Amino acid sequence: MAQQMSLDVNGRAARVSVDDPDTPLLYVLRDDLGLHGPRFGCGLGQCGSCTVHVDGQAVRSCITPVSGLKPGAKIVTLEGLGTPEMPHPVQAAFIAEQAAQCGYCINGMIMQSAALLNETPKPDEAAIRQALAQNLCRCGTHLRIVRAVQRAAGTL
Amino acid sequence: MNAPALSRRSLLLQGGALVVGFSMAGRNALAQTFAPVATDGFTKAVAPDQVDSFLALGADGRATIFSGKVDLGTGIETAMAQIAAEELDLPLDRVAVVQGDTALTPDQGPTYGSLSIQKGGVEIRHAAATARARLVQRASERLGVPVDALETRDGAVRPKAGGPGLAYAELVTDGRLDLKVDPAVNTKDPARFALVGKSVARIDIPQKVMGRFTYMQDVRVPGMVHARVVRPPAIGASLESVDEGSVAGIPGVLKVVRQGNFLAVVAEKEWAAVKAAGQLGATWSKWEGLPEQDKLWQHVRATKVTKDDLTSSTGDAEAALGRAARTLEASYDFAIHTHGSIGPSCAVAELKDGLLTCWTASQMTHALRKQLAAMTGLAPEAVRCIYVEGSGCYGRNGHEDAAGDAALLARAVGRPVRVQWSRADEHGWDPKGPPTLIDLKAGLDADGNVAAWSSQFHVPEGAAGNVPLVAADLAGLPHETAMAPGNVIQNSALPYAFPNVRTVCHRLASTPFRPSWIRTPGRMQNTYANEAFLDECAAAAGADPLEYRLRALKDPRGIAVLERVAEIAGWQARPSPAADMSGDVLRGRGLSYVKYELNRTYVAGVAEVEVDRRTGRIRVPRFFVAQDCGQIINPDGVRNQLDGNVIQTVSRVLMEEVTFDRGGVTSLDWASYPIITFPDVPEVVTALIDRPTEKPWGAGEPSAAIVPAAISNAIFDATGARLRSVPFTPAKVKAALRAT
Repeated sequence: MAQQMSLDVNGRAARVSVDDPDTPLLYVLRDDLGLHGPRFGCGLGQCGSCTVHVDGQAVRSCITPVSGLKPGAKIVTLEGLGTPEMPHPVQAAFIAEQAAQCGYCINGMIMQSAALLNETPKPDEAAIRQALAQNLCRCGTHLRIVRAVQRAAGTL
Repeated sequence: MNAPALSRRSLLLQGGALVVGFSMAGRNALAQTFAPVATDGFTKAVAPDQVDSFLALGADGRATIFSGKVDLGTGIETAMAQIAAEELDLPLDRVAVVQGDTALTPDQGPTYGSLSIQKGGVEIRHAAATARARLVQRASERLGVPVDALETRDGAVRPKAGGPGLAYAELVTDGRLDLKVDPAVNTKDPARFALVGKSVARIDIPQKVMGRFTYMQDVRVPGMVHARVVRPPAIGASLESVDEGSVAGIPGVLKVVRQGNFLAVVAEKEWAAVKAAGQLGATWSKWEGLPEQDKLWQHVRATKVTKDDLTSSTGDAEAALGRAARTLEASYDFAIHTHGSIGPSCAVAELKDGLLTCWTASQMTHALRKQLAAMTGLAPEAVRCIYVEGSGCYGRNGHEDAAGDAALLARAVGRPVRVQWSRADEHGWDPKGPPTLIDLKAGLDADGNVAAWSSQFHVPEGAAGNVPLVAADLAGLPHETAMAPGNVIQNSALPYAFPNVRTVCHRLASTPFRPSWIRTPGRMQNTYANEAFLDECAAAAGADPLEYRLRALKDPRGIAVLERVAEIAGWQARPSPAADMSGDVLRGRGLSYVKYELNRTYVAGVAEVEVDRRTGRIRVPRFFVAQDCGQIINPDGVRNQLDGNVIQTVSRVLMEEVTFDRGGVTSLDWASYPIITFPDVPEVVTALIDRPTEKPWGAGEPSAAIVPAAISNAIFDATGARLRSVPFTPAKVKAALRAT
């Protein structure tokens, strides 16, 4: 039986219909709401490419059942973090540092880093590396990613 | 918010002129129509000898470049735009690149082998230079000014002396140049380069960072349904029965598709397909055709050899070994690796009116088109493959196989089908980098110099062709039967001038898993064995590893990269191992060198390692690399590739190994196939030697080749223990330490 749900995504109310309350948030965001920021990488919570913010916390949307969200939870994706005209400081820093190769993991890197800087505005390099330890990158862009986070934190 | 397929690459005929239209807002989205420009008598040229195949000059003053080579995350879209803009004297922002659409782009060969710039870019440069020459000639006729008195600037041909010029658009009245590419055309003097050789920001990065990029995994086509494949639990198992009732209770499941051993579920929504694939009841035959993993190397050694490739022969290595003052002998092995793309493979296919359209992240859309045609029985002309960038693939991963799955399913359900592989599909079923075993012998003369070198490489037969599609194999449809592991015999021969050398590749009739190329195929494994074993020779001779290499190296560009890396690494001349081996954490440095395929890009590297003798754990805190890839197009792009090659290969060398039982792969996720993470990523210090007047060579792979030996050599320097089996796991390190 399809269930109607209301979600707060990137500051807007979105009505979605889910057949299964266990549907991970990732599929709702990508397939029902057409978002491209959060990405399917493993479906196991291992790689981080699906990361979104839920009430300011970095969350792995591939293992977050949509029915488990608190009513009124504020979901922010990479699209909603900043806009092309007004990018979030972390997004601006990733562009400035040219911190992407294929870029598939970059959603998770930016969302995780933005959450880190909310909690810890001036992390040192070791803290950045530790905060991103559960985010996988296969192209080997790690060094630029760390520099981008340092730049966003104003510590470069 | 539901994003339909956007139209960006629509080619419009306006007023009789071919106009290539694109909207920046919809960048990287899809063409909606199958037949691109078949109206009004015009068809987009794709023949590789035609200028129009490579570029179109729009009425709006923009140029569109049509590249058969595709950006796999390496930045070549930007580099191609730089090359074309440079040759056409256009601002970079007035050049767009269409990649890998078989209806629109010439077949420039697969995007592999570090050939995108070296081959694909040079072809685009020649096409652009030919176009420019014709535009100048036409302007000369129209303006009555001699060719020599004209220049091109900012998209127009102008008299050097001043006065009005003609915009390119005014010189291309019918939209086409209808001109053959002149491969001998005069290209721009590098001294006048304004864009090539400069670090240019990548075209694609802002959209990727803002979440506005359309990856293959984001493609949605009207009417599309979602599929998941259900692979056999063992590679060669046969499907005996399927219980369709097992998924009947899942809303939105449309069909269970079974063809031979090919099995998939199709659903209206993606999550329903995921659930159904996990829930589907099926029985399969037992199959245990793989060797036992702990006997892998015995298996490789026992595999039938179909032929020997003698890759180099100088003097008489056997005789020289017999009279050497000292001989050394060692065997090296290199594990089976998976590509490990962060995004599992994905494709969309639609079969409509007898025409198959496939949106794919394939690195070889023109070859895939032929594979899909063979598999479906359609004429190649009835198949169009449209490239859409996916997750980085680092070689032939599962992208093409997902396309095969989608094509089969599109025919079975009569609607456009999107196939998204799971993590386990990707880890389990992408083709693998084959296991490689190398036996080496060397003879040193009384001065410690290499007087004889003899090596034998055990590698699968085959070269870089089409890897058979999984769907075609499982469904019993036409497909290739030959293995395509890549050109794995490259760099088995040496870049050094030793007097007696014999290098032989034993080509094996089979290898446990369907093989393909993974970044630096063969060149990595072969260079690893050669450069580590050479280090063993240097140590036996009591020589400094750098000085020992320079003794036998005659190539000035090779010498230059070695000297450059020594300089940035602060190399201290002394033999290995280091004198001080006290303490629990030992430190060492190791050197390695490659001339890629012995005919292009030069790379030298120095690894610094820390070996914890209590745990056997290796860390690589810093890696230095110096590269000469000839003329550099985008230095920042090259540095990004150097970082990537080093970091990815450190991961492969220290951690990575596909595990398997007798039926199939058991390392099916990131917990069982771990890769390097941020805390362990080395600092990478790079030095580029730019040679603007030389040919541009590849940069996507060569620097990966030097990493394994540099690490092995550094471990030896630190500990006196030699690691000869990749990956260098703590258990192997501890065993090697005990043996010293």
